[in-house]
Amino acid sequence: MHSNSLDLYCAGASFWHRLDSRVKLIITLAYVLSVSLMPVGAWPAYVLLAGFVFSVAVASELGLWMLVRRALLALPFALAALPLLVTTPGPVILNISVGKWLLPLTYAGLERFLSVAFKSWLSVQMAVLLTATTCLPDLLVALRALHLPGLLVTSVGLMWRYLFVLVDEAMRMLRARESRSAAGKGRSGGSVVWRARVTGNMAGSVFLRGYERSERIYSAMLARGYDGTIRSLPVEPVPAAQRWVAALAIGVLLVLLVLGQWM
Amino acid sequence: MAQSACAAVDIRGLDFAYPDGQVALRQVNLCVAPGERIGIVGPNGAGKSTLLLHLNGILQGQGLIAVDGLQVTRAKVGVVRAKVGMVFQNPDDQLFSPTVFDDVAYGPIYMGLAGVEVRQRVAQALRQIAMEKYANRVSHHLSLGEKKRVAIATVLAMTPTVLSLDEPSAGLDPRGRRLLIHLLEALPQTMLISTHDLQLVKELCPRTLLLDEGRVVADGPTVKLLADEALLLAHGLA
Repeated sequence: MHSNSLDLYCAGASFWHRLDSRVKLIITLAYVLSVSLMPVGAWPAYVLLAGFVFSVAVASELGLWMLVRRALLALPFALAALPLLVTTPGPVILNISVGKWLLPLTYAGLERFLSVAFKSWLSVQMAVLLTATTCLPDLLVALRALHLPGLLVTSVGLMWRYLFVLVDEAMRMLRARESRSAAGKGRSGGSVVWRARVTGNMAGSVFLRGYERSERIYSAMLARGYDGTIRSLPVEPVPAAQRWVAALAIGVLLVLLVLGQWM
Repeated sequence: MAQSACAAVDIRGLDFAYPDGQVALRQVNLCVAPGERIGIVGPNGAGKSTLLLHLNGILQGQGLIAVDGLQVTRAKVGVVRAKVGMVFQNPDDQLFSPTVFDDVAYGPIYMGLAGVEVRQRVAQALRQIAMEKYANRVSHHLSLGEKKRVAIATVLAMTPTVLSLDEPSAGLDPRGRRLLIHLLEALPQTMLISTHDLQLVKELCPRTLLLDEGRVVADGPTVKLLADEALLLAHGLA
């Protein structure tokens, strides 16, 4: 009866699953950086970058379809690049009239927009591969190893831990509401405004309870000696063979980046 | 078994497994006459709560379930929920409105009752739990015992014929527990009470159902069942 949809794929035995979380994080960051630095319209280089992420997907045995589907989540964010279509100077394809304005759609603008959309899609796929195949505790170790501020790492960890508690709580509340949502003699269900208010009250309840729970959790942390710093056991260094994997991946990305400047 | 003996609740051959494959109920049969009070006992994970969630169609397994002569099916779920008052273990799940009045009024309003009748039902339900003065109190700030009683009022306002209660006495102090037992004793509804509180079962329920690993292990008079120490020990109740 618990929600565990966020951790479905992290327990696997593929090559990519077995890599140290620090190696995976570094490769992912290097990939996202390379994609961002790639010039506009370097399509052959984009294809090679897509090849890179698909190869990792194959090595992770997750299945391309799952990856592509999850990465579609990024599409709405690519819409932020829409203004590029009509604000980039260059030869005009057609003029779009919006009210009394005439917006010039240019070739250069179209290319920039498509480049941004494609690049963000590629980056998200790599991020999906990292998060789907790495259980969060390991990811936190990696973030700490890269010297992300401790407070931030702790916040992410606590959020993850209690997200499930809150989701379960919300589910139980919905179930209790459903139990009292019965049919009457006439038209049942109540008015839309009333239902909206009930839903608002429920959201408020979950918030209040989450807030109170955080106070209790904090007290329990204090009771065990929490003083604002999270101490963790030292982690093992990354095995030599895996360092080579990271170096190889970064090398490949560097070559792609150089190639991208020429294409 | 005679038809009237199963008039309140009739469950036949109920099987249920959660989506992750965990089997929670195996071939459960239960026949409850109107006005009967039954204690459902068993170790943690025995399937007690799962069984209760079938009564109003929140969970739907394989098998036949009828409440008050009405078969529990997806299409009839709305009518069934008016007949079965489900009181959850954690009253905070059940109380989601700003005031006690709003919480108790939720069921009647949802059923489409008129304003006057909603007020009458709320007043009546609060009178039954002796908390008339709490109507405008904030649910969030009540004590656990008060929350538990208000949770019962939220279903009483729907005038159900069957009450199913999940761990009603858990976490209550002796006075709160005593109040709750008196309150439940005074209600005329058929009751199914899932609990670990064997003393409460002894006081309230003439009949007990013992579940373990999703199966009905014993079903009989409470006095006889609770006197069988070997049985209780074998199923984690002693």
